[in-house]
Formats: sequence, C-alpha cells, structure tokens
Amino acid sequence: MSKRVLMQGNEAVVEGAIAAGMRFYAGYPITPSTEIAEQSSVRLPQVGGTFIQMEDEISSMAAVIGASVAGVKAMTATSGPGFSLKQENIGYACIAEVPCVIVDVQRSGPSTGLPTSPSQGDVMQARWGTHGDHPMIAVSPSSVSECFYKAIRCFNLSEKYRTPVILLMDEIVGHLREGVEIPSVLDVEIINRTVKSSEGHQPYEGDIHEIPGWHLNGGGRYNITGLSHDLSGFPTNSNEITDKLIRRLMGKIEHNADDIIEYEEKYLDDAETVVLCYGGTVRAAMSAVLEARKQGVKVGMFRPVTVWPFPERRLKEISPKVKRIIVAEHNYGQIVLEVERIVKNDCKIDFIGKVDGTVITPAEILKRIKEGK
Amino acid sequence: MPAELINKYMREAHLPHIWCPGCGHGILMRDVAQAIEDLGLDQNKICLVSGIGCSSRAAGYMDFNTIHTTHGRAIAFATGIKLARPDMNVIVIAGDGDIAAIGGNHLIHAARRNIDMTVVVFNNDIYGMTGGQFSPTTPTGDFATTAPYGNIDRPFDIAALAEAAGASYTARGTAYHAPLTIKLIKEGIEHKGFSLIECASVCPTYYGRKNKKGGSVELMTWQKENCVMSDKAQHMSKEELEGKLVIGRLSEKDYPEYTEQYKKIIEKARK
Ligand SMILES: Cc1ncc(C[n+]2csc(CCOP(=O)(O)OP(=O)(O)O)c2C)c(N)n1
Ligand code: SF4
Repeated sequence: MSKRVLMQGNEAVVEGAIAAGMRFYAGYPITPSTEIAEQSSVRLPQVGGTFIQMEDEISSMAAVIGASVAGVKAMTATSGPGFSLKQENIGYACIAEVPCVIVDVQRSGPSTGLPTSPSQGDVMQARWGTHGDHPMIAVSPSSVSECFYKAIRCFNLSEKYRTPVILLMDEIVGHLREGVEIPSVLDVEIINRTVKSSEGHQPYEGDIHEIPGWHLNGGGRYNITGLSHDLSGFPTNSNEITDKLIRRLMGKIEHNADDIIEYEEKYLDDAETVVLCYGGTVRAAMSAVLEARKQGVKVGMFRPVTVWPFPERRLKEISPKVKRIIVAEHNYGQIVLEVERIVKNDCKIDFIGKVDGTVITPAEILKRIKEGK
Repeated sequence: MPAELINKYMREAHLPHIWCPGCGHGILMRDVAQAIEDLGLDQNKICLVSGIGCSSRAAGYMDFNTIHTTHGRAIAFATGIKLARPDMNVIVIAGDGDIAAIGGNHLIHAARRNIDMTVVVFNNDIYGMTGGQFSPTTPTGDFATTAPYGNIDRPFDIAALAEAAGASYTARGTAYHAPLTIKLIKEGIEHKGFSLIECASVCPTYYGRKNKKGGSVELMTWQKENCVMSDKAQHMSKEELEGKLVIGRLSEKDYPEYTEQYKKIIEKARK
C-alpha cells in the first residue's frame, strides 16, 4: 500500500529524511530551502524528534554534528550563502567521521546573487568547499519522488560510511510540485550505525562500516576532535599517523565507489551523442533527447545521480564509443571540467552552461544536439 | 585528595598537558573536576564540550564523554548534544576569544534560549593559543601582539553579557579563589537552565609578559588583592569598585528551560 500525494521537492526531502530515521534538524531560513526547515518544524515533534532554528548556519551545522555524536540522525538544509557558512564544520564532520546530512538547494550566486533563481553553481563547492583533503559524497535528485528516496539514501550512506553526505538539490527540483507515491511500508533498507560501547575500545579502529564509538550510552568515554588523531580519537602530531588517517578517510569512499555511485542511462546502446546532465537539468535534457530521437538522431543521456564521487569508470567506458558528449548544467562550467579530465580525447565535448538565472530549455538542448551532428 | 581527583577524572595517558608553567587553566580544570566530584555525578552522564584554544584543550585531558570542536562553536555543538540527550549534563569549557569573539553569537542565543548547560569560561584576557593577540576582554590600554600601541577596544564583561542575553545563572570566580570557584561551578551545574561561570585565568606567557605584569605569582596576587565579593560590591559605589573584579554569584533567575519547553511542543504535536 502506498498513498499518492501532491508534494513539493523540499517537502519530500523531509518525509524521506524522517523515513530514514532523522530525529533532529537544525537550520536557518534561506530561500529556496526554507520549506525544508518549515516542514521539519511541523513533522519532527510529531515523531518525537527535535527541530531547532539556530542563530545562523554555522551553529546549525554544529548542532547537527552535536546531535549525531549523541546518537540521533540529524540533518540541516540551506542554500548558497548558508552553504558557504557551513563549510568549516562540514570538514569537522569529515575528519571526526560524524554521520549527518546537509541539503543544499542551490541558487544563483556568488554572494546573494539571484536568491530565487535556479543554479547548479555549488557543485565544486560541494566537493571541495571545506579546506583540506577530505572525502565527499553528494547526491543529486531530479524529481520529487527522488527527493524522498535520495534523502533516505543520503542518510544510509552517511551512517554506513560515517561521513557527512550532501543532498545536492537545486531550486528547480526543490520547488517542483508533482504527484509522488509515498509507501506506507518502506520498500528500502534503512541503515543504522554500528555502535561500540565496550571499555577500552579504540573508536576509530575496525572496518569502515563501523561508526567511531563515541556515543553517550555509557561505558566507553571517548574523545572526539577535529585535530589529527590516532585510532583512540586523541590528538597527535605524528606525520605517520596523520598520513594514515587522511588516506583512510579518502580511501573509505574511493574503495567503495561501486557501492556509493549511482547513475542513470538512457538510449546509450546506439548513441552517437550523449547529453550529460544532473539534478534539475535532467527533465529538459530528457525531453530534448526524446524529441531528437523522434527526428532520427542517435542520442542518449547519461546522468550521474551521485555527483561525488563522480561515476568516472562508467563514463570512461562510454566516451570511446560515442562521437560527442554535451554537458548541460546551470553554471559557468563545473562538471564539464570533471568530464574533460576523464574523457580526454575519447570524443568531442560540448558545453551548455547558463548563468543568467533562467533554466536550460529542451529547445536549447535540442538545438545543440542537432547542430553538432 | 588531588591525587585521587587526577586518578578519577584525568586521562593520565594524555598528560602532561600542553599548558605553560604557571598557566591558570590547569587550576580551573581542577576546579571543574572537583565540582563534579563534590556533586557525585556519574562520569558517563557528563559531556564536556570545548572549542579551540589553550583552554579548550582541557576536554582531551578529562575523562568524560568529550568533544573538542571548532573555534567558537562549542555552545552550538553542545546545543545539539543537549537536545538529542536532555538527560546528559552538558558542560562547556571555552576561552574568552572562543566564547566572546568568534562564538559571541552562539553565547547570546544559547543564553536567550536558556538551554540547560554550564559554560565555564577560562578568561585570560588574551588569545593564548595563537600567541598573545588582544581578545574581547583585554582591558583598554593593555598591550598585545596585535595591540603594540595599546588596545583601543573596550572590553566585554562576559558574565554581564550572558545575563543580559537571558542566562539564568551567572557567576565569576578566579584561578586564585579555588574553593569559591568550585562552589560556583557546582551551583552552575546544579542550576536548571543556561549557567555561565566566568573564571579569571592567568596567561603569564603572553598577557603577563606583554603587559609587564610579571609571572603567574604576580598575576594571581593581583586576583587575591583586587577581588570583591558580589554581596559586598552591591553596597559599594562605582568609584570604590574602580579597578576591582567582582566575584561570586552574580545573578540567578527563574526562566523556563528550553528542552523542557520543547518536550511540551512534542506533546502538542502528538495530540
Ligand atoms: C576559525 C578559526 N579562526 C581562528 C583560529 C585560530 N585560533 C585558535 S585558538 C584562537 C584564540 C584562542 O584564544 P582564547 O579563546 O581566548 O583561548 P586561550 O588560548 O587564551 O585559552 C584562535 C584565534 C581557529 N582555530 N579557527
Ligand atoms: S599561552 Fe597562556 S593561556 Fe596558553 S598555555 Fe601558555 S600561559 Fe596558558
């Protein structure tokens, strides 16, 4: 049994998060993510959870990490300027290995930019926004239904790999309203962190599926720090231990790329041209592809659902078999850089980028598909 | 017994500490441990949260659930912890820069919410960890590595700031007045709501040296000779209090506590 409801992308994120076990939300209002805070303030107390409106985005991120280390699944949501403010503490969650979910509903930037206009200008910030080498997972939904399921997936990935995960939305998807099936019994697995409690246990030892043992259940009184630390969680100045720590942090995502990475492909079998897009651009791309196909053009679509880590291996399999990849994104050229790095000279790379705050239309993509043919 | 206190509450494997000889922070850390011992609290039910600074290193030395966070954000992390686990005793240790400069916004808002936590400020009137720059509590006219011609900033009174923002318990102790400071920290922990105990520390390495005020002994002698208890200070004029530091309990109010209020929200939402 499921019920079909008309829902907005931002609302679906909250429902998905609650289904995944979110019981804490801290945030600060900002367009176009505000509905996530509003909906969380309504829904969380209904399920015994907690919502708090903090004084800014820095403290929101901090409170989310605090709640998570205390054993509660936690999330925050923001846009543009707020995403910038969260960065320092996102890095803290990376090095301290604290599971949590950060939703970024992208809007036009830089700075206050065009606050209500769509953009995908935070893609590189999602990857490298905090200082220093760090792992990152970012998932980009393109429909309201996906907002629900990808929110669950973000929580699952964060719990499993004990790392912050970014649900990288954009204004288009966040404010999209459409009918979605909300299952009454969840048809996906919910992953919960493993918790260690035994005295004398090294919180950061063991395999990557284990969460650092610091928790408030009594027993092991652990220490958590953003300083470089050893397996016990205490600070160290050792270059050797630091090297191991950073390599393990990067490695836990790199070595599990197959489990983490998700992508979607359409009509690639005979495609000569591939449109590569993600998030809110997918719909326009898909209708352009369908229209071009009707007109006899051999075109397909490749869509990273997990933007970070990028589906590098799969793209490298596709690129030698096609003549051209058209990257369409709402920015000056961010994912296209990643595509160029991976594809190299395998095929031609074309780019459609918009920075005026308007959406890329199917007609624009169709025109480009036909132009280069 | 100090040795027993160390055995019970310090992580001896992580000692000796990084603090300079004569630093006041060690005395204040001991005061926190003594207050917890006197109250007979369960070690597993205490969560110690700190930011970044010399003072904040205390978290790593003390044997509780400890979290050493980012500069200025200890109270914000602590807010998440307290809301997730209202049954925990949440104690924040922070420096004056940590709590009143970069973390000033979190201080006033946590005070306004009156969320149940105890903030113990190790106030040495300077940025110790980064090498002696002036802080929001450095007195006007004092010297620091970034105030080579004398500080023109006016200092904050952290306890008064917290009280004005809505903290329901504020007090001031010093590194010198250990028994009093222990008593105040105890009161703060027992108090339901946002409590702040500002503790005058000493930083002989930077503050003492830069201001030619001598070492630890001289700085603590100043504390010994220039502090006035709050009940006595009430009957003194502004002129009489000039150059003095008022210590003791400063304010105590009966405001609704945040996690209790949120419990009521949950009840309402579930009806
Ligand atoms: C975001 C950020 N800015 C600056 C610093 C550098 N920093 C570390 S500690 C500190 C000040 C410490 O002074 P205080 O809080 O008074 O504590 P003390 O060291 O004197 O005990 C500063 C500026 C930092 N770690 N993070
Ligand atoms: S620099 Fe100052 S505050 Fe820091 S440990 Fe030394 S004496 Fe203490």
